[in-house]
Order: sequence, then structure tokens, then C-alpha cells
Amino acid sequence: MTPLIELRGVKRTYGAFTALDTLSLSVPDRAATIAIAGESGSGKTTLARILLGFIEPTEGQVFYRGKDIATMSAAEKFTFRREVQPIFQDPFDVFNPFYRIDHVLEMPLYRFGLAKTRAEARPLIEDALSRVGLRPQDTLGRFPHELSGGQRQRIMVARAVLLRPRLIVADEPVSMVDASLRATILDEIRDLNRTLGIAFVYITHDLTTAFQICDDIVVLYQGKVAEAGAVECVIGAPRHPYSQLLVSSIPLPDLSRRWGDDEMQAAPEQGDRPSAGCRFAPRCPHAMDQCWRVDPAHTRPDPDRLIACHLDREGAKLPGADIAQVFQSRNNAAQSMKGTAT
Amino acid sequence: MTIALKTRLPGGLGSRLGGTLIAGLSILGVIAFFSIIGPFFVDEVLAQVGSVRPRQPPGGDFPLGSDAQGRDMLALMVHATPNTLKMGLIAGVIGVGLGSILGLIAGQFGGWIDAVISVISDSLMTVPAIAILVVIAGNIEEMSTSVMAVVVASLSWMFTTRTVRAQVLSIRERGYIEVARVNGEGPLEILFREVMPNVMPYIVASFVGTSSAAILAIIGLEALGLGAQNEMTLGNTIYWAQQSSAVLRGFWWWWAPPIVVIAMIFVGLFLTSVGFDRFANPRLGRRA
Amino acid sequence: MSVSGKSVSGLNVSGTSGPILDVQNLDVVYDTVSGPARAVNNVSFALRPGERLGLIGESGSGKTTMGTALMRLTRAPGRIAGGRVLLDGTDLLTLSPRALRATRLRDIALVPQGAMSALNPVMRLRRQIEDAILAHEPRTTQAQLRDRIAQLLTRVGLNPAVADRYPHELSGGMKQRAVMAIATSLAPKVIVADEPTSALDVVVQRQVMQTLGRLQAGLGAAVVLIGHDMGLIAQFADTVGVMYAGRLVELGPVAAMIGSPRHPYTRLLIDSLPGIDVKRRLAGIPGLPPPLVKLPVGCPFAPRCPLAHDRCRVDLPLSQEVAPGHVVACHLYPDNATLPPLTIKAEVQP
Repeated sequence: MTPLIELRGVKRTYGAFTALDTLSLSVPDRAATIAIAGESGSGKTTLARILLGFIEPTEGQVFYRGKDIATMSAAEKFTFRREVQPIFQDPFDVFNPFYRIDHVLEMPLYRFGLAKTRAEARPLIEDALSRVGLRPQDTLGRFPHELSGGQRQRIMVARAVLLRPRLIVADEPVSMVDASLRATILDEIRDLNRTLGIAFVYITHDLTTAFQICDDIVVLYQGKVAEAGAVECVIGAPRHPYSQLLVSSIPLPDLSRRWGDDEMQAAPEQGDRPSAGCRFAPRCPHAMDQCWRVDPAHTRPDPDRLIACHLDREGAKLPGADIAQVFQSRNNAAQSMKGTAT
Repeated sequence: MTIALKTRLPGGLGSRLGGTLIAGLSILGVIAFFSIIGPFFVDEVLAQVGSVRPRQPPGGDFPLGSDAQGRDMLALMVHATPNTLKMGLIAGVIGVGLGSILGLIAGQFGGWIDAVISVISDSLMTVPAIAILVVIAGNIEEMSTSVMAVVVASLSWMFTTRTVRAQVLSIRERGYIEVARVNGEGPLEILFREVMPNVMPYIVASFVGTSSAAILAIIGLEALGLGAQNEMTLGNTIYWAQQSSAVLRGFWWWWAPPIVVIAMIFVGLFLTSVGFDRFANPRLGRRA
Repeated sequence: MSVSGKSVSGLNVSGTSGPILDVQNLDVVYDTVSGPARAVNNVSFALRPGERLGLIGESGSGKTTMGTALMRLTRAPGRIAGGRVLLDGTDLLTLSPRALRATRLRDIALVPQGAMSALNPVMRLRRQIEDAILAHEPRTTQAQLRDRIAQLLTRVGLNPAVADRYPHELSGGMKQRAVMAIATSLAPKVIVADEPTSALDVVVQRQVMQTLGRLQAGLGAAVVLIGHDMGLIAQFADTVGVMYAGRLVELGPVAAMIGSPRHPYTRLLIDSLPGIDVKRRLAGIPGLPPPLVKLPVGCPFAPRCPLAHDRCRVDLPLSQEVAPGHVVACHLYPDNATLPPLTIKAEVQP
């Protein structure tokens, strides 16, 4: 089956700075749910923008349904634009304050030819709004400043869904939304995946929600894939010291697992990357001699996991971080099992 | 000083109209009203040379007196004010119109277009406008109010260009522009549909400022005798008063009325501009 | 509706000294166009020296208003309408402006929300810390300032060289810690931290919280941590207070609050936290908090409470002690020993 989006050997640099190190990733053409996790500076936003076609990779190619984006015709590009939709992080900045919110919902319908008049657009818009738990009478005809942050973000989700895309790339969709609403909005996004079969890539630094709504996850550290695979593996039983650090930093209301006040490894200074060896070495509690000299290659210690760490000596080598392998196998297994536990 | 008005205007405007803006617009409104209605009630003939007894102080037949050349001052004010306003308006519209278009283009397209426009606008801004205007006006043989307006407009567009360009650059970074792109809007459509409405408040504010500056320049040129000398305008009135040594001769009713009217115009424009700022930028006012 | 007389204010004041911070019947009201909004409604609690209190609530619960009110930083249209805030015996609400300014930072410090934007972008860090110190101790010499600043920065885990940088040269976590350094520069007795880690990555969040913990322990100061993340508060606090619609609905030691909360809202808050052990339907608490200008009669949580009964819609529940050091405002007590099992009500349209 042709994957929906495929990144082959994609790398993105800005001058001497590597925002995203060589990786291959494919989003299968069935309602996949993939989380991309990392701190700021990890390259996750760069990866999102490459998936959306906003920026081009410095090396490697991006294929959408088998076609290279760089060589697409205008018509094909137009279809790509429609079928891959973003949800941005900031629910305040994404609305033109001059217009009512109807504007941001009507424009895509007109531009992509899904409706020609307001009368035609209305039922589509109302359907999209109800899918995200909003009532048309509460939201249509209002100006952005009259609505709450949570409502605005839901409208953005509705906007993305309106075009019936195949893939939604959501870049930290709830980090600027009030905490009490985050769960509900994310659940709505997951519902869209289930009911409409829309794949989504969820960019976040919150591993808890990544675990809850995604099947697969890619953990990025300073532009490189540290660990990737099924969420139950990577988050449930992390093997890369960075993933372990992330998971242990999740604040859980579990008093048996309190952090305490012990000194933690200090975060690296901004923009400070080791020139050789593993990027995580300065912060790694298990750093060995080798880690300072050689950047670990990607290996596959389990069928559902990919890792870049010298601690894994037995795993099969996976050159170029072909994450496709790790996800595909799980997908195949899932297909044969017919439905995973929820 | 901010009075919250609850009128049903779009975009939540009602609560942002402040007392300052109202005051400014009221003053301008009064002046405009009398400029438009006045000429119907007061005969223009009275404002011409030699129509009435000269050098009469205010009182009786002549509420504002008459000047040394036999013009009824009241009639003169009533007819001169609309002329001056008209010139200022024309200059303002041309200046702001030209400036906005150039600013929008420069901001949206960048590259060499922006470079050319910016260089021209920045260089012209450093030139002392009055000096150039004096030279130009001095060399025009058939000066009329319209020509005067155009002359002044030619050097009043630069500030608008810079302001609008800066706004466009800032707006382009906003999230909703990116959303517009993914919504399928093309670059020109983005410029006019998404960017321009948000630049409008700055254009309007610029208009007020540009018109003020234009009126001032026009009055200045006229007072120097470079205006359309046969037309009835406020600046020319001052010129005539000067030429006839009205100050020395104690004809205060000749030089005072135009000054009062000019002052009122500027106060009105100033208050409007300040009040409009609060309107355009709701964060300046108190949120109810 | 205010309660006359004293409600429970002092929790567990065993020990030699009384509470370092004693808030009694605090009321903060916002005068809005639609009427007065009671953002903080008759709230009382007490902190011992060195105690860590976590105040949790949804947005609109009044928790931030509470934080600013403690330092008398409430700005119009808000105003402190009643109550007392006793800092080591002195009522902050009755101090003269001059005495108040002297007290702020020296005795009680605030680490505000969005502290990263609280740094002046055009001044180097050093000057900003100096300003804070000199405002209270104008006779400190340059040499003393240098030493102190180096000490302060090291204490929050920052390299002293950072003092000569501009805020934009620091990362989010570093800025947050810098702000904490300024806040604690005069060794205050109480630190009020309002959502100090919002917008920070999870690892940095942990570092910042641990830094705060070390700081606080080193100074022997008490901390009021305001937030919305029960997990974070559970990790950090000794005592947890839950705010809803301006009221303190439950207050108790963290173990009891997490292990056996008494108020239905607290229980729902804990349950709505997604974990990483099992996948389940993500849901917040259905419904929305009531608008503060129009609070319902009776218990403000009744419309959303799965255990609400008739009395709840009529009578406002008062705070009562259900266990040593544990108070709750709910009509289920004292009839019940613990919270009965809950099922979440069907989806309420927001």
C-alpha cells in the first residue's frame, strides 16, 4: 500500500545548523496516529513544516501518495494542499481580527471548490462545528475576540476537518488552551481520526497526551531521532536515556513516585551541541567513552522500536533511521489482530 | 475621559468610541457644516473686494466687520473655509492614497520593488518640504486651489508609505496569514482581503495627520503670497491682512477670525487623530 | 453571601511558632459592567514556615486573583473587599503604601505567571537584580552586590556569568530561574509562585520545580504554588487547596487529598488526569464553572456535581474539618466518612 506521506532520507539544515538530521518516515494510508515528541529545539516543528510542504528538505525527498512534492504539477500541489491540513498552536493569532470567524471557515470551501455560495457552505460548516462540540448559534457570526481560547482552537480544528483532508498535522494544538479543556479537545481530534479516518501527526512535548491519543511515536532530540515506535513500548518502557528522562519528568499525582529535590542534570546551554558523538552525552547518566566519540546509528532492538543509543548492542542496524519499518510492522500486526485495545 | 458607547457597530466598535474622538469629530463636523451650509445663506458677493464699506469694526451690518479692501469678514470666512478644507482634503486623499498603495506594494512584495520605493520615500522625507514647495509654487504661473493641493500632495505621501509598509511587514508574520495560505488564498487576495483591512486604521490615522500637514503647508504658502491669489482662502486672508498691515492698524477683526478658524480645524484634527488611536488600538482604552 | 464570624483559618499550628501566613476570610471583587464578580470568596488558610501549599483550580477559579491579592497587587477593576492577610502577624491589607513596598520582596515575593516576560528586555540581568536589592538595601556596595548576585544565581542552578546577559539570550527555563533568583534575593519568608512553569517543556518544568524546592528549603520560606496541574502540585506540595468559583472547597495534606479526597470536584480533577499506564477516553469535567458575576444559589459546584442533592442547590456549604488538618465545604459531610463512589454525569453542552 502506498503510504500517505513518505519522507526519504530527509535532512534540513540552515547553514551550519542541522535542524533535522537524516530520517525516513512514512505515514501509512490508513488513519494513522503518530506523535512527534521533543523539547524546543528538537526539530519537531521543522519536521511538521516539511510534512505540510511549507519548507523543503535540504536533502532527501517528500512523497505524497507516491508523488514527489518537489516535482508536482500545480493541480497536484493544489490537491496536496487540500488533503494535508494544519492546526497551529496559537488560537489567538490565527484569526484575522477584522472578520467574523465565519470567514476562516468559508474561505477554504470557496477556494477548494467545495461550495460556491454561502448557502451551500452553511451546512458543511455546521457539520464541522458540531463535530468539535460547538454550537453554530454560539459561534457563527461572532468575532474572534468574543470567543474563548478553547472555542477558537476548536474552530481551527473544524476548519481543518472541513476540507475532509487525509492528514492533519497538529502542532501543539492544546498547549495554549486552558488545561481543563485540553483533554476534551484532544479527544475530539482522536474521534475525528476514528470516525472520518483522518490520519494525524501530533506534535507535542506532552508525552501523556501523546500516549493517550496516538499509536506510534517519534522522540526527537536536537534534530535526531532518539527513539521511535509503538507508544506502549516507547513510553511504557523507554529504553533511550532521553526517553527515560522525559517519561520520568511527567508529573503524575502518584506519591510513591515523587521527584524529590535532587539535583538534575542541567539542561544544555542554548544552541550548544557537541561536535562529535551522541548529542545526549552531556546529559546522559550512562554516557560511556564511545558516546563522546561516535554518534550512534539507529538499531532495532524490538520489532516495535527503533533507537539510537550505544547501550543497545544487539539490535539490528537500521541505516538512515527508517522509521517506516518500525511503524509498518506494527500496522501489519494490528491489521491481522483486527483492532487494538483502547 | 473615555465614554463607553454602546452602539451596534461591527467589530465591537461601539464600546471603543471615546470622548476624545467624539470631541474631535464634533469640532470638525461643526466646521464642515458651516462650510457647506454657510454659502447658501451668505452671499459670496459680499466677500469680494469692494462690496461693502471698508475698515468697519464688528457690529451692526457687519457681524465680523469688514477689511481694508471692502470685504465682509463674515462672508469671507464662510467662503474661505470650505476652500481651504477642500484643498486640504484633496491633498490628504492624494497623499494618503498614493502613500498607501506604495506602502502595500513595498511591504507585500519586498525585493527590489520594496528597495526602490523605500529609497525614494526615505530620501524625499529628508528634503525640507516647504523649501521645495516654495520653489515649485513660485514657478507656477496659473496657480489655482486644485493645483496647490496637488503640489502639496506630491510631498506628503512618504510618511504614509513608511507607516503602511511597516504595518504590512508586521501583519505578514501573523498566524492568520499562514492560515489564509492553507485556505487556498493567493498572494494578491491575501494582500487585499487579509492584510489591508488590518492596515485601514493606520491609513485613516495617517489621513488625519497628512491632511493636517497639508493644510498647514497650504496656509503657509498662501501666507507667503504664493497661493492662488484671487481665490478666497484662509491663508490668503492672512496674506492680505499682512499686506495691508492689519496688525499695525489695529484691524484685529481682519487677522483674528482666520486664525481662530485655523486653530479650530487643527484642534479638531488633533483630537480626532488621538481619539482614533484609541479606537484603532483597543488596548489603550479601558476594557469594560 | 459572606459568612460572619471566623471560618477555619488556622490549620495545624502545632509547633513553636504560629503560621507565617494567615489568610482570613479574604474577599476580592471585580467591578465589571455586569456587576461585581466575586473572584475570591471568603477564603481562609494558614501556612507554617517552610510549608508548601499548592492551590489548584480551573481557569476562572480565582486562583491567580488570590495570588496577586496576597501581595496587595490587585489592580482595578479588582479590589480587596474584606478579610485579613497576616504575614508573620502583620496585616498586609492595612499597611501604609510605604511599609507595603518595604515588605514586598523582602518578606513576601511573587513569581508571576509569564515570569519570562517579567524581565526587562533591554537591561542586563545583573542590573535587574541590583535594582531589586538596592530598592530595599540602598547601601549595598558594588562588591557586595557582585557576590550576592553570584550566590543567588548559583543557588538557582545558573552560571553566575549569566548575569551579564540580556533576557533574550536565555532559554525559557533559564529566564524562569532568573526571575526566581530575583524574587528570592532578599530571602523572603513567603514565596507566591503563580503557574511558574506554564509554557515550559516537561523536563525544564521538573528542573524549575526542583530548583524552587531547593530554594525554598534553603531559605526556610513557605511557598504558595498556584496552578492547574494536579500532577505537578502533587509532586511538589505538602498541602493542597482546591479552588472553585472563588471558594476554597477543600484543603488538606497532599497524601489525603490524592489518596482520599473528600470533595467530588477534587476527585473529578484527579480522575481527569490522563496517565501513561492505560489508554482511555480523555475527558475533562463536563460543564463549565459558573460565571463569577452570577453565582448560583447554594453550592457553586452543584450544577456539575454527580452527587448533588436538593440541599446543595439551596444551601451554601460551609468549611468543616473532616480529619486533622483537612477541611472540606460539602454537604456530604459529616454524614459520610469518605467520598461515595462517583460516576461522571452525561455530557453537559458547554
